[in-house]
Amino acid sequence: MTVNDVAEAPVAAGPAGPARWERACLVSDLFPERGAAALFGDVQVALFRLPDDAAYGGHAGRVHAVQNLDPFSGAHVMSRGIVGTRAGEPTVAAPVYKQVFSLVTGVCLVAADKTPKDGLPADLVTYPVEVRGDVIYVGLP
Amino acid sequence: MVNSGTPQHLVVVGGGMVAQRLVEALRARDDAGRYRVTVFAEEPRAPYDRVGLTRWFEEGPEGIALGDPDLWADPLVTLHTDRRIESIDRTAKTVTDRLGHVHPYDELVLATGSSAAMPPIPGNDLPGVFVYRTIDDVAALRGWVEEKRRCHPAGKPVRGAVIGGGLLGLEAAGALTALDAQATVIEFGTHLMGVQVDLGGGQALKRLINGKGIGVRAETATSQMRPHRRTGHVGRLDFADGGRLDVDVVVVATGVRPRDELGRAAGLPVGERGGVVVDLSCRTEDPNIWAVGEVACIEGRCLGLVAPGNTMAEVVVDRLLGGQAEFPGADTATKLKLSGVDVASFGDAHARTQDAVEVVWADPVAGVYKKLVLSDDARTLLGGVFVGDAAPYASLRPMLGAELPGDDPSAFLLPEGGGAAPGLELPDEANVCSCNNVSAGTIRGAVTEHQCTDVPGVKACTRAGTTCGACLPLVKKLVDTELERAGIEVSTALCEHFEMSRAQLFDAVRVADLHSFSDIVARFGTGSAGNRGCDICKPVVASILASLGNGHILAGEQSTLQDTNDHMLANLQKDGTYSVVPRMPGGEVTPEGLIVVGEVARDFGLYTKITGGQRIDMFGARVEQLPDIWRRLVDAGFESGHAYGKSLRTVKSCVGSTWCRYGVQDSVGMAVELELRYRGLRSPHKLKLGVSGCARECAEARGKDVGVIATDKGWNVYVGGNGGQTPRHARLLAEDLTSEELIRTIDRFLMYYVRTADRLQRTAPWIEEVDGGLEGVREVIMEDSLGICADLDAAMARHVENYEDEWKAVLEDPEKLRRFSSFVNAPKDADPSLAYVTERGQRRPATQAERAAGVVIAGPKLEVRA
Repeated sequence: MTVNDVAEAPVAAGPAGPARWERACLVSDLFPERGAAALFGDVQVALFRLPDDAAYGGHAGRVHAVQNLDPFSGAHVMSRGIVGTRAGEPTVAAPVYKQVFSLVTGVCLVAADKTPKDGLPADLVTYPVEVRGDVIYVGLP
Repeated sequence: MVNSGTPQHLVVVGGGMVAQRLVEALRARDDAGRYRVTVFAEEPRAPYDRVGLTRWFEEGPEGIALGDPDLWADPLVTLHTDRRIESIDRTAKTVTDRLGHVHPYDELVLATGSSAAMPPIPGNDLPGVFVYRTIDDVAALRGWVEEKRRCHPAGKPVRGAVIGGGLLGLEAAGALTALDAQATVIEFGTHLMGVQVDLGGGQALKRLINGKGIGVRAETATSQMRPHRRTGHVGRLDFADGGRLDVDVVVVATGVRPRDELGRAAGLPVGERGGVVVDLSCRTEDPNIWAVGEVACIEGRCLGLVAPGNTMAEVVVDRLLGGQAEFPGADTATKLKLSGVDVASFGDAHARTQDAVEVVWADPVAGVYKKLVLSDDARTLLGGVFVGDAAPYASLRPMLGAELPGDDPSAFLLPEGGGAAPGLELPDEANVCSCNNVSAGTIRGAVTEHQCTDVPGVKACTRAGTTCGACLPLVKKLVDTELERAGIEVSTALCEHFEMSRAQLFDAVRVADLHSFSDIVARFGTGSAGNRGCDICKPVVASILASLGNGHILAGEQSTLQDTNDHMLANLQKDGTYSVVPRMPGGEVTPEGLIVVGEVARDFGLYTKITGGQRIDMFGARVEQLPDIWRRLVDAGFESGHAYGKSLRTVKSCVGSTWCRYGVQDSVGMAVELELRYRGLRSPHKLKLGVSGCARECAEARGKDVGVIATDKGWNVYVGGNGGQTPRHARLLAEDLTSEELIRTIDRFLMYYVRTADRLQRTAPWIEEVDGGLEGVREVIMEDSLGICADLDAAMARHVENYEDEWKAVLEDPEKLRRFSSFVNAPKDADPSLAYVTERGQRRPATQAERAAGVVIAGPKLEVRA
């Protein structure tokens, strides 16, 4: 496994890093190229495991985490979107109104003539992910 | 308001096609609102396409709808139907309607058209003698034929005769045939369509008409119509030559007479053979009264065709708005609109021009006759006649009066493939659509200046081809040429990942025998680097793979291609929960079944609603609840209803002959059979079917992609209907099929659609795009014109054989079940953001305001007895 490998167990990072690392699941709990939601208190995170496919370039085999809240529908459903690429960038499409977001940066790439609900930002929050052995950790603020 | 004063009042007397054109043209050009228009129609309906009257049998009222119905909603336009005008007072400038109401006018247009002429043959007033002019005439004719058939001993045909072998007479004969009646055309002259076609063409036409099962008696004068001894209805025609013909119905189509009675009574001059006399500006002797269409006597004659009528309407509008337009002379080109019979003529069809040269190509065996009339130097095109093959008509007619390219004009008449006709480059001023007076230049301009990139766009922009449609092949050619010239390639690419259309990709995947997205994108995707598809192409590939039989849609890599609905086998709702719809084939459900559905909904706290497809939808199910819900339903004998898929949804039915007093076939039984046959069939878009047990059509089958309506003899099948944003009525594909024939026909229709339609294209637009439209579809699936029917049949047989319930398959597979957890680290925890309130005894998602106000009655964990 070469996914987001780190040599050491996650530790509290520097001032700009996450405040805490939470264990989410095993890598094998995630279906490649499909998302899954994880719950940390009240925070819902959508996890995506990209397959070992050359088309994903440097992201092949990696795990990405973004907010599960879909800003355009207000429902917590981002983990159920279709994973793919836009001009080589790994993406996820919101399952409700089909906006497309970068899985790497969270930026909304296609708004599909909609505006986010209740003044929510259009871009998704991304979370750092670290994989140690077979365990996926998500860094939370 | 742009204008300063009150608008002038324009009154139009008559509600036919030309009246409609006049109002359209005025509203399109009168930006300043100088006129308000009131139209008085004698018929109890808005203007319709009288030229297409025969279509009314096949397609009903919408088959002959005309123009944009919004025209009559325009605040400056008023349409009074069933309101005949009785008199004109030119001094007071008023008209009086049949109710005695008086309406003042500033300008008055007579567009009263014609009435069918009734020759003074004794017996012409007998019951069973009809004319062929209005929807009411056609409806009465149909009622009569159906009544006669009911009274006849079984198997004995209804015998019809049409007096008059002109354009209208042949259309009437076609209508009788469409009603399953025998038809014999009686023509006084030497041959059919004597006005438009010469003798040689008339003879070829007779063979074609005979081939449609219609009899022809030329050079025959009808001396008397005799009543049947017992019924008193028309029963026999006696001819001047001593011949006789037994009949049950007679249609008289010997010509039309201008409805000039209002003009006469108002003292306006009328022509020798009737018609209100107008000058080239279409103005009568009275400077405020105009006449257009068949009632106008222009250049000494009345013109019984819609194209010159439309031109007159445009002239009057131009004049009303201060222009100087003049009637340019009549384009009397005609094309017979009878299915399977190609006849067209234009210009000097009878070669009456001095020293005209005729070039004729005839194939008596095939019933083809083509003739060009040319100037004495055999270069300038003066006219043409086409029988049996009207293909050259569309491109040659606009060349009327122009010099033909090439040395040998006969090249234009050779059958396709028998030698290429020289390329025709139409001059910009050539009139392509004579109904709407659209030139080749206007069509080119629609592409080059108005950025139209397809025929529907050009139709909407220029109105070319929107009336009779005869010019559409030429319009398409012009549009294609212009697009090519402009270097515009119309992209049919699915998305950035595939340059192919769905239909192309379907064939490619089938032929290359590929079974996974990875293989498909590697082989047919755009450059493999950085291409892993998207939310557009992945569901398309998923649908293709499913249609080609690749096992469960959640098997292996296929699961990554599915939209959330297909992935969760349920329908995503706005709050992120799903709705669940068990199949109820044909809308049939047992009391025990209903109780189980009720119990499941109650135990999981689901909101229930009856769907439009005659089943029950249960809302508010969370991902982690879905397998438990399915298990309860599956145990009770239910299965997935595929409400989530681009696939067969439901087959709606009425109760049919098993209970209904009027039903003639077992519509529920057929609906159940069809639903069980096509359940799970993945398609480019959702598919809905309907089956009605009689012509009352309680299942609204004609609003479905495939609608089946029972007849005494079997089933009629209609295709291409849908509701939604652009509602469409299904059109007749085939009649009186046996149950086996019906199923085979639907098998092929659906499979052909599944294989060749575009992404998210429903059946109605797909049919429009198939080469030849509905007729083209019929040829492919009924006559096997492409030789693919065996393949389509086999594909459907495979589908039926391999069907499995997608819910049950998930319940039996722990690996698939694993997908149905709410959180990967808390698989059974409900989404904490869900909130509900109660409304009318059931729960629904709380609004933002309700959440803020704290009126939420329950979080996600409402369930009582899971």
